[in-house]
Amino acid sequence: MAAALINVPAKAKRGEIIEIKTLMSHIMETGYRHTAEGEVVPRDIITSFSCRYNGNEIFRADLFPASSANPFITFFTTATESGKFEFEWIGDKGFTATASASITVE
Amino acid sequence: MKDESTRRQFLGLAGGAAVLGAAPLATLRPAEATPATMTTAIRSVVGEAVVRTGRVKLDVPPLVENGNTVPMTVSVANPMTAADHVVSIHVFNEKNPQPNMGNFYLGPHAGRAQVSTRIRLADSQKITAIARLSDGSFWSASVDVVVTLAACTDEVI
Repeated sequence: MAAALINVPAKAKRGEIIEIKTLMSHIMETGYRHTAEGEVVPRDIITSFSCRYNGNEIFRADLFPASSANPFITFFTTATESGKFEFEWIGDKGFTATASASITVE
Repeated sequence: MKDESTRRQFLGLAGGAAVLGAAPLATLRPAEATPATMTTAIRSVVGEAVVRTGRVKLDVPPLVENGNTVPMTVSVANPMTAADHVVSIHVFNEKNPQPNMGNFYLGPHAGRAQVSTRIRLADSQKITAIARLSDGSFWSASVDVVVTLAACTDEVI
């Protein structure tokens, strides 16, 4: 099953800019490789990643075969209130995965 | 006698495998993105707008040993306020099978316009990052990368 690694600071001061690091374990098969028999290995990648902070989308990414296996994405956001970050990955072959992290803003 | 026959068998098999292997390789090799397709991909994002050089910083190691995992950081020197912020960052390449490498959508809430990820590079090539600002202007930065071991687009598995 899909495994996600999320790194969000547990605590932050109000207005502080925090870094969020995410990693989703996924093969990210490009669709350009082929087997010894000459058959193309079908594409199997994550195509979309998004992050919501208390329900509001704060970051979104479109991914392509040019993303390395186990896509690692980091970005920044402003800590405005305590609450929850929700992460979602969507990909080929019906792949979906979610993860969440909490933050306390003082 | 026995030794010779196995050697001949081996040579025959090796030769046959080489011929068989060569044919699918030649026909299945994917078309690679060219500077022209990269330009087309960029145009599909920016439209007719002028893309100016500057403000964007694209951090990729200039010499890469393994093209399968190349750390990349794009940052834009621009304030992130409601009135003036970076809307999105788009990354393109010249020689991978596809010209697109990633689209990242930010907002004023981000506080800092910076994104990091890991990319694949199929060859030594030029990478371009383009940032769209909230006033509709586009800024870009390009980096030339030398790749020693290419990402596995042609690899037989």
